[in-house]
Amino acid sequence: MHVQLLDLACGALLLTAVLVLWRRELAVIIRVFALQGAALAVLVGVLAAHEGSAELWAVAAGVLVLRAGVLPHLLRRALAGAGESRRETRPLVNVSASLLAAAALTLLAYAVSRPLVELAPSAATQAVPVGVTVVLIGFFVLVTRRRALSQLVGFLLMDNGITAVGFLTTTTGAGLVVELGVSLDVLLAVLVMQVLTTRMRETFGDTDLDELRELRD
Amino acid sequence: MTLLVPVGVPVLGALVHLLFGRRRATTWAGAASAGAVLATAIALAVRVSRSGPVTAPAGLLRADALSAFMLLVIGAVGLIATAATPAYFRAEIAAGRATTRTAARHGVLVQLFLATMALAVLAANLGVVWVAVEATTIVTAFLVGQRRTRASVEAAWKYVVICSAGIALALLGTIVLNFAAAHTPGTAGLDLVTLSAQAHGLDPGVTRIAIVLLVLGFGTKAGLAPLHAWLPDAHSQAPAPVSALMSGVLLSVALYAVLRVKVISDAALGTGFARTLLTVMALASLALAASLLIGQRDYKRMLAYSSIEHLGLVAFGAAIGSPLALTAALLHVLGHGLAKAVLFLGAGRVLQLTGTSRIDGVRGLLSRHPALATTFGAGVLALAGLPPFSLFASELGLVRAGFGAGLGLATSAALLLVLVIAAALINGTSRMLLGPPSTEDVSGTAAASPVPIALACGLLACAVLGVAAGGLPALLDLAAQPLVVTR
Repeated sequence: MHVQLLDLACGALLLTAVLVLWRRELAVIIRVFALQGAALAVLVGVLAAHEGSAELWAVAAGVLVLRAGVLPHLLRRALAGAGESRRETRPLVNVSASLLAAAALTLLAYAVSRPLVELAPSAATQAVPVGVTVVLIGFFVLVTRRRALSQLVGFLLMDNGITAVGFLTTTTGAGLVVELGVSLDVLLAVLVMQVLTTRMRETFGDTDLDELRELRD
Repeated sequence: MTLLVPVGVPVLGALVHLLFGRRRATTWAGAASAGAVLATAIALAVRVSRSGPVTAPAGLLRADALSAFMLLVIGAVGLIATAATPAYFRAEIAAGRATTRTAARHGVLVQLFLATMALAVLAANLGVVWVAVEATTIVTAFLVGQRRTRASVEAAWKYVVICSAGIALALLGTIVLNFAAAHTPGTAGLDLVTLSAQAHGLDPGVTRIAIVLLVLGFGTKAGLAPLHAWLPDAHSQAPAPVSALMSGVLLSVALYAVLRVKVISDAALGTGFARTLLTVMALASLALAASLLIGQRDYKRMLAYSSIEHLGLVAFGAAIGSPLALTAALLHVLGHGLAKAVLFLGAGRVLQLTGTSRIDGVRGLLSRHPALATTFGAGVLALAGLPPFSLFASELGLVRAGFGAGLGLATSAALLLVLVIAAALINGTSRMLLGPPSTEDVSGTAAASPVPIALACGLLACAVLGVAAGGLPALLDLAAQPLVVTR
């Protein structure tokens, strides 16, 4: 039961990451991102039930609030101010190529994380490659999208993946402290980026990063 | 208790700026707090070299000779930058580009910046190092975008996105390393001392992944290729005192994290792995800096690319890994910090006087502002690695160590690139300093501008270091010791 639930949560994590690549409507992307946050919370919840740790349950609740509630809310607020630019119009790599890239990245993630699985084979570590895949897809979104908001989502995808890897590999103990530190950092980074997006809109009128062409050699 | 001072005093300084704003009494509060950091660093260095590492009661902070030395760099460069800040803001406010509120906010953020850097070098735990380095990104993002022009907002965005992504890779590396440590008897958690001591027992496959991620991640923050793209933009757009701090110390604080990671890597995987990784990154950084410095048209970007070069050299020193190379690399960190801080502050003054950051826009600085031009010129000569400045000594040490360690080919390539860069730097600077003065000088006044004493002191310190380093060699040797792994 525990293993199936764990795999289900990881499957949802991967699926939502791919959906972000597929859809272009920024509002939809944010909704998918919130869904991924919920999947991550379920993942932590399953681990908590398995280990019977009250501390992990608290962390799961925290993850749910932050990643399915606060962060999507911040993104939505940033989007509300954006006016017409609600679509990722011209990504550097088109959608079908992006999906192919996602498949390649999944293979890469499985190849790279072999030693991790082999060190301590268990249901949790078997799922580590999924977390790594989400990190790689997040990085891919970050480099190929042009809207400031899409890049922000890419960064957050990376972070979700890292958090997943963190929980799947840490057995007991440090979980709460680590998650607290990381969450605080992510929240701050997102607030900084949100302020910058607003400032960009004030100075550029839009947050299409194509407009960012002043600085180069 | 000594360990709390370098972190606590800047936090107090930030509070002072926050509560009282910019007034006559708070003008020098920033410099005073940086001075306190420097004084503590010296006291700590003396104590550490006499009686070994100091640990704070809770075990969260720990200072060995390397931490003390890095704190010395933070204090010294911080003092130069904060001492030059009042004059910088007086000119900015007079020109209407800043208000007293911006100046006060700048004071708060710079103090927090100093506190996070001090925390990064004093932390006893790799996780805390990571948090501190990430915190520097958050604090400095607003400093980079302070002027709110198109270019500076763009630079701040690039800076936050690239550095956050890079540092996220380092977080993944930290998590993976923690995983490896959890499955090794005798280690648990990320305490740097235990981790380095027990590293030979770590699983090599997992550790390899962790090391690559950590070196890439912290390397991003240190401005090493391939994730260096934020550096020239951020350094050229930030206000002068912030550029001085970022280039002079922030990059080397990130490199300090790489050095700590390398110790673990050397013990777990043998010296070859990190050496190859760092050599490739260092040579790529040097090649990139050289190719973009030739024909560079903007003098602040010129200085920024030179930072990539020098951090590349320090990384190369770490790659060689012999005691001589590490000592030289650490001396290089201090020398580069002092010279680059002086140059960025000087460049900020030139920008205020001429209103342009284009090399073509500045002509005949020597005849108009002789003192400023002399300081700037001498600083560039220091960067180019000419005696008597300490960068000459450290570069010589690096080259000798490189040939001694059998890295002849890589060392020759590095040396060649350094020479090309030196030529490009001197060429660009001579175009600014020499020749007849340009007619369109926006300052309008032909009066020579005074050079803040801080700049002259910084250069003097750099020169004195190169000629007679005083008690520093002992500290440098001691600082390099924990980094040398023989296996």
